[in-house]
Amino acid sequence: MAAPWAPPSPARGEGWAVGAKPSKRDLRLTAPIARLQAVEVDYPRGPALGPFDFDLAPGEITALVGPSGCGKSTALRLLAGLEAPTRGRVERASGRGETAVVFQAPTLMPWATATDNVALPLELAGTSKSVARERARAALARVKLTGVDAAKPAQLSGGMAMRVSLARALVTDPRLLLLDEPFAALDEITRRALAEDVHALWVQSKPAIVFVTHNVEEAVYMASRVVVMTSGPGRAAGGAVIGAPLPRPPGFRTTEVFRQAAEKVSADLAAAMGARVGAAS
Amino acid sequence: MNRGLSLLAPFVLIAILLAVWEIACRALAVPQFLLPPPSAIAEATARNMPLLMSSAWNTLSMAVLAWIVASVFACGLALLVGTHSLIEDAVRPLAVVIQVTPIVAIAPLVNIWAGLDHPQRGVVGLAAVVAFFPIFSGALTGLKGADPDLERLFDLYGATRLQRLFRLRLPAAVPFVLEGHKVAAGLAVVGAVVAEFVAGSGGAQGLAWRILEASNRLQTAKMFAALLVLALMGVLLYGVLQVAERVILRRWRGR
Repeated sequence: MAAPWAPPSPARGEGWAVGAKPSKRDLRLTAPIARLQAVEVDYPRGPALGPFDFDLAPGEITALVGPSGCGKSTALRLLAGLEAPTRGRVERASGRGETAVVFQAPTLMPWATATDNVALPLELAGTSKSVARERARAALARVKLTGVDAAKPAQLSGGMAMRVSLARALVTDPRLLLLDEPFAALDEITRRALAEDVHALWVQSKPAIVFVTHNVEEAVYMASRVVVMTSGPGRAAGGAVIGAPLPRPPGFRTTEVFRQAAEKVSADLAAAMGARVGAAS
Repeated sequence: MNRGLSLLAPFVLIAILLAVWEIACRALAVPQFLLPPPSAIAEATARNMPLLMSSAWNTLSMAVLAWIVASVFACGLALLVGTHSLIEDAVRPLAVVIQVTPIVAIAPLVNIWAGLDHPQRGVVGLAAVVAFFPIFSGALTGLKGADPDLERLFDLYGATRLQRLFRLRLPAAVPFVLEGHKVAAGLAVVGAVVAEFVAGSGGAQGLAWRILEASNRLQTAKMFAALLVLALMGVLLYGVLQVAERVILRRWRGR
């Protein structure tokens, strides 16, 4: 079965290899944009994450998959610099204004219009209101939202609100984009449309993206690399490198590459959860 | 269900109750000082209308003044407490103690402090104390109740204290502050009436004094008339604030 796109040659180390260990990949010619080294995070109710190692090359899309409570969101907050690890090191090459987060809920200010919500990061950084609004409107257009500039969040559908949230993240042209289960509350059709749009936006400015999800198929579709985490406190437990171009070619979900990668990730996920259950009993 | 019919239903019920009341009073020959029939109350209301209206105005203006005073103090303190966690730790137990103390119990004190020559001040002061808490706790809840992920977003973009206050916490507090003001308005009227009862001198010339005065003279129909005006005043106040809240909230969230 010939794929409509040419697989990269194995000599470049990228290949179609499903299940290559992410940390052993020999892809990075540039320094990572973010790196977690043996980080552990303890909360008052107990350990939440780690020890966990993770690094991210500039322009790479990586998905973090794991069961609920495995510390995915905690790892994301470490990468965003919103939290400090209890132990271990966090290195971040992206400074303030170069990192953006999209949360599971749109997290918009209900009293502010779509434009004002999107302009917020710029205005907090001291950009003048007129310039900030101009760029906010441009960002809304990039996420295919037109005619909602003056609408407030309550007047938008769930998918539209999520696009506003995405526009707000993109308005500063971040080098690191952290997506914390951004589509979890949306229906399947909206999810798929947004997945395509995230890829289309990624092509424009190539930010590094970390995409947290529960959904194996979504992870394989979205990311060039999937990292599986054990249940909390989460550790890395395998994953897959998906050797297919981004954005995905039409019909990618029905290809052998997609199927194999999804199976590998599912198996690793099952093993990671099984190991934890076994250790507990 | 027919919309017109459901709007009409409460009025029909009131009419039936009034009719039963009137018939029962006449049939059982209940003495007027014990329970006057609705017709006597209506007659007393009409006869005393100018006096009742001016008394209602006194009570209302004292309650509204108290509400404004309470609003200024409550919002100011909430702002101070909401932005400094140490002050909050210090204030919270004190606020609880004051809140659980029955307000009637401190009324004589407030009247003494206001000066026996200035009964209005005492009434306003007491009503303000009663109206203070719903506004204070509403404002504090609102200031501290912004979406935690929005707070994180402000962290991420390095917002200053003032940016966080003006762009996140104050706007997020609006619905809570409005709700607090709505509850406080009703309580301000209650506080004003209680304070007038406790003062008991008639210096404030409000509706509560009309009730006391009529009660001392066994003019029961007039007592009911004053009560009726008081109830209508409460309904009016509640209606105005309900509409105001709805209009402001519609602007706030755009729908």
